[in-house]
Amino acid sequence: MPPLLDVRNLMTYFFTDAGLVKAVRGIEFTIEEGETLALVGESGCGKSMTALSLLRLVPPPGRIVEGEILFRGEDLRRLPPTEMRRVRGNRISMIFQEPMTALNPVLRIGEQIAEVLRLHRAFSQRQAMDTAAELLGQVGISDPGRRLREYPHQLSGGMRQRVVIAMALACDPQLLIADEPTTALDVTIQAQILELLRQLKEQRNMATLLITHDLGVVAETADKVAIMNAGLIMEYTDVKTLFSQPAHPYTAGLLACIPRLGSKRDRLAVIEDSTGQGRPEKGESFLDRCAEPFAPYKGKLPPLREVSAGHFVRCWSL
Amino acid sequence: MDALLSVRNLRKSFVLSGDVPGGKAQTLKAVDGISFELQPGETLGLVGESGCGKSTTGKCLLRLIEPDSGEVLFHGKDILPLPPRAMRPLRRDMQMIFQDPYASLNPRMRVVDIVGEPLIIHGLAKGRELQQEVVRLLDTVGLKPEHLYRYPHEFSGGQRQRIGIARALAVRPDLVVADEPVSALDLSVQAQVINLLRDVQQQFELTYLFIAHDLSVVEHISDRVAVMYLGRIVELATAVELYRQPRHPYGEALLDAVPVPDPTVRRERNPIKGEIPSPIHPPSGCHFHPRCPYAREICSHESPALLDKGAGHLAACHFSEEVGRFRTRP
Repeated sequence: MPPLLDVRNLMTYFFTDAGLVKAVRGIEFTIEEGETLALVGESGCGKSMTALSLLRLVPPPGRIVEGEILFRGEDLRRLPPTEMRRVRGNRISMIFQEPMTALNPVLRIGEQIAEVLRLHRAFSQRQAMDTAAELLGQVGISDPGRRLREYPHQLSGGMRQRVVIAMALACDPQLLIADEPTTALDVTIQAQILELLRQLKEQRNMATLLITHDLGVVAETADKVAIMNAGLIMEYTDVKTLFSQPAHPYTAGLLACIPRLGSKRDRLAVIEDSTGQGRPEKGESFLDRCAEPFAPYKGKLPPLREVSAGHFVRCWSL
Repeated sequence: MDALLSVRNLRKSFVLSGDVPGGKAQTLKAVDGISFELQPGETLGLVGESGCGKSTTGKCLLRLIEPDSGEVLFHGKDILPLPPRAMRPLRRDMQMIFQDPYASLNPRMRVVDIVGEPLIIHGLAKGRELQQEVVRLLDTVGLKPEHLYRYPHEFSGGQRQRIGIARALAVRPDLVVADEPVSALDLSVQAQVINLLRDVQQQFELTYLFIAHDLSVVEHISDRVAVMYLGRIVELATAVELYRQPRHPYGEALLDAVPVPDPTVRRERNPIKGEIPSPIHPPSGCHFHPRCPYAREICSHESPALLDKGAGHLAACHFSEEVGRFRTRP
């Protein structure tokens, strides 16, 4: 059986007035049913653009220029727009970082959840509202009947993210894309939302693509991890291997520079030269400034190679 | 040793106009009677979630916001009653580093002018000497002379934060209030800026009030940590002690909420319930009681005082000896 999602050689470029920006430069990964893959990287590494590419929501002047997005064996890139609309919010849904901008400020939240159900499930207004109330209960919102009639501004940040999750789950998607779902939230609220997502995933056997920069969140929720830098996957393996035997120098660097509670050190490790002096050039990546010299290959892009079963690394040193 | 800074019973409220024209005004107690001391050369971390009053506290200390009442003793002298003219020379000794390195630098000024301006204002250098001093400061924070004539937009976030640090150091302050100085930065850059802050602290003998919401960062850089919740300090202890044995349920909950970057210690999570209440209508008694797993009847009507629970570990809780039962971190 093919994996739930199989992304092959995905490239998304932006054709800006200032020139070509290669946001995603050839990405491959798979997600099995019920699995959580974390896509990890620093700002501008292309992780969010990868997510938007999967749903074919890349904003202009960007577009997917190459690759296949096989969802249950079917290439989403080849679907006509009407078919694609039946996938979005239905079989694949997405939650965003900033719950305020993901909700329409002038519609009551009941209306916004019901819309998904009317559209994809052809529910009547009555049915849709009843189901919306049920969903709000499932995401831990008390007194759902009253909340349905409220507007987004009447809710706290944590509540809004719960509403966005309820919307995303309305049609029982097989894949949930969560783009920094807890980054805008306070840490005690983040803990609640992560716990909620974990429970929902278990109940529904839903696969998740989790996009995050927080390695703590990765360690607590992911099955597999892909580390991204400059539009490419640097390392891709299961979560335990990644934390215990990181093979790529960039991964090792990221892990070393996390301040860890309860282990005071004098200095934090830093990734050598990762600020560079002066503004990074366009398209510059860790590969161009890697501290470890591999002279014969300097300037050549290493391939993503399988160094042991299921452990892929893009580095000449291995 | 005499404290560099003593804060006593500091208060600041904001009056919010009503929702509708003519509506009833409401009062938000952002800082609700807090006291603490900073010893020379130490780093005190001030940690808490949105709306707890930590940034307002930082700004009140420098009188960037005027507090309503209380005392701020700097080198033993209360600075709150001072007229602006007497305040100005003191500002040289107290500097601030801001969260957003994009908003805190004037986009129309060059680096040489941004870092040099405080030197000119305080009459510390001019002309050639000024430029040499700016070059020295840039070198201290890891920037180069060729950056002198560039504008903020030409730098990355981490470099801009270095410029902000150079500007704060220019006047050789005693006290630096750093308000979320690394929260806008990526992980690898964050580590560099934290290391830089520690280096210059030693080099310039600085005392830090380090304000942040990220407990891992605060614990790493601070000697002592104060935890704020809805305008009050609920716990204050050394960083090591706070982690080892929190004595306030909120301190415990905050620690426990931080994800552990180790997949071998996946735990049964039991996050505290509920939302952070509105600071306009904080709960009665202990502000934390509606979310507190240890709360009893007394907590809803009697606000616990911040007391020493042993070896200088302060906590404001009626049942602080019980705290620890709900910890899930290894």
